[in-house]
Amino acid sequence: MKNTFTLIEKELRLYFISPIAYVVAMVFLAVSDFLFYNQIQYFSGLSLRMMQFQNHLPELNIHDAVFRPTLFNMSIILLLIMPLLTMRLFAEEKKEHTNELLMTSPITITQIVFGKFIAALTVYSLLLLLSLHVPLMLSVAVEISWKPLFASYLGLFLMGAVFLAMGLFASALTENQIIAAVISFGILIGLWMVGASAHTAGETTLGQVANYLSMSGHLDQFVKGLISSRSLVYFISMTALGLFLTHRVVESQRWK
Amino acid sequence: MIAVKHLGKRYGEVIAIDDVSFTVDKGEVLAFLGPNGAGKTTTMRILTCFMPATSGTALISGYDIFEDPMEIKRRIGYLPETPPLYPEMTVTEYLSFVAKIKGLSKSDQTTGLALSLEKTGLGDVSNRLIGNLSKGYRQRVGLAQALIHNPDVLILDEPTVGLDPRQIIEIRELIKGLAGEHTIILSTHILPEATAVSQKVVIINRGRIVAVDSQEQLSSHVRKSEKIALRLRRGGAETPQKLNAIEGVLRVTPQSVSGDSESSYLVESNLGEDIREQLSKTVVESGWGLLEMKPLVLSLEEVFLQLTTEEQGVAEATPENKTQLAQ
Repeated sequence: MKNTFTLIEKELRLYFISPIAYVVAMVFLAVSDFLFYNQIQYFSGLSLRMMQFQNHLPELNIHDAVFRPTLFNMSIILLLIMPLLTMRLFAEEKKEHTNELLMTSPITITQIVFGKFIAALTVYSLLLLLSLHVPLMLSVAVEISWKPLFASYLGLFLMGAVFLAMGLFASALTENQIIAAVISFGILIGLWMVGASAHTAGETTLGQVANYLSMSGHLDQFVKGLISSRSLVYFISMTALGLFLTHRVVESQRWK
Repeated sequence: MIAVKHLGKRYGEVIAIDDVSFTVDKGEVLAFLGPNGAGKTTTMRILTCFMPATSGTALISGYDIFEDPMEIKRRIGYLPETPPLYPEMTVTEYLSFVAKIKGLSKSDQTTGLALSLEKTGLGDVSNRLIGNLSKGYRQRVGLAQALIHNPDVLILDEPTVGLDPRQIIEIRELIKGLAGEHTIILSTHILPEATAVSQKVVIINRGRIVAVDSQEQLSSHVRKSEKIALRLRRGGAETPQKLNAIEGVLRVTPQSVSGDSESSYLVESNLGEDIREQLSKTVVESGWGLLEMKPLVLSLEEVFLQLTTEEQGVAEATPENKTQLAQ
């Protein structure tokens, strides 16, 4: 536990020394704020028209009209920038030969993997917290239903954990950061789009499997405001799979 | 302290090391000598539990590399060929991180940090970023990293490679200063380095140990004859013949002449036979003007070449070549 904490501290230090965390945060916040802005514009226009037509205050739901589409689109931005948060983690250790230090110190591979994962998850959580400034600002003007918003953010958090675990796995495969990023793009987009094949496969077993594996479907549940145990299990087991694969790869590299 | 038993490692079809065995006593410095690609790094990586061996095993402080890797990792300081540094950290940040992952207690971290900074002379740069340090300083940070938890055993992979001559001398002095307190294994492909710092030498070539011995024994082991270098003011054409007539002399080889009138010879005699007295007497009686007479102990360099190269010609390094190489 103490060792894992030391490793988390070291990874966080490296995150905030290098410009990566700042650049990722800036791009993420800029793009997601832009999405929010567009959606809010659309929403206020819609509200005005509703007022003209029906001559009374609109009963539009801000969660469904603003947060749901925006947060769902935000997950696509995350899909594109999350590999940048993980690409360095193992690739750089190998390139700088610092893995020789870690692997010859009295710490376990599990501690190393968890240290890196939790550090990345901390940075990601900070990103999500920062993006909360939009709902907070809106809450001054409109009434926001916080419960579905919480469920949405929980969904984004869990989805991010899968992204990070898969990114960590990709980073463990190579000592080149670019290759690590490209591999994790591949894995994440694959997981995202496997749902598309579910449509063509229809109601067959294959279709059901593809549907279950598809990340977008599960995220949609959360973003709707629904915490379903099915999707919870999906996200947690995918994260565990990513971390397990990472552990195996790091362990197997000792034998090469 | 360290007992390596029939260690072997293969990468697929390639055999990196084969049946490597040796022992190191407490406080001893062992130099692991061999050309590039001989298997030095592989052996060191196995000893530090970085990678497993495919056959054989090793005991360090009584712990087996397969059964108690954690105990071994606690007792070993390892400097890999490329020092494992985080360029974004300052020297102090980096060393405190290492102290923590080596499992030191809070108070040991502080003393370990202070002591390793002092031993490696890093006090002045302790707050600089590692990325901004010169190669020599980085090497020292690597060494400080290996020392910080005061390990029983230090394993140093080519500790002086890529340094300038002054830095090389400094690092060697540092290593010599650490001997006794720590048991040290270091690898090198430079012969004078092994001579300079170690008591025991293991010569490895193509994954196999060619010789294990102390330096003196190693040279006498390969020596086929006693060699004496002779320099005369007025040597003549009859000199080799006359010298050959001395009892015990095997061969006299004239060497290149440095001055206009000076001449020098390499006189070889039977192993274990001292012919210096006879030799000087002959020279003085003949009035050749004795300038210099010195016995040549085979340097480790020659031993190394004899043991690791098939070409016999190369092994017969002349004294001139030897001094050139030694520089």
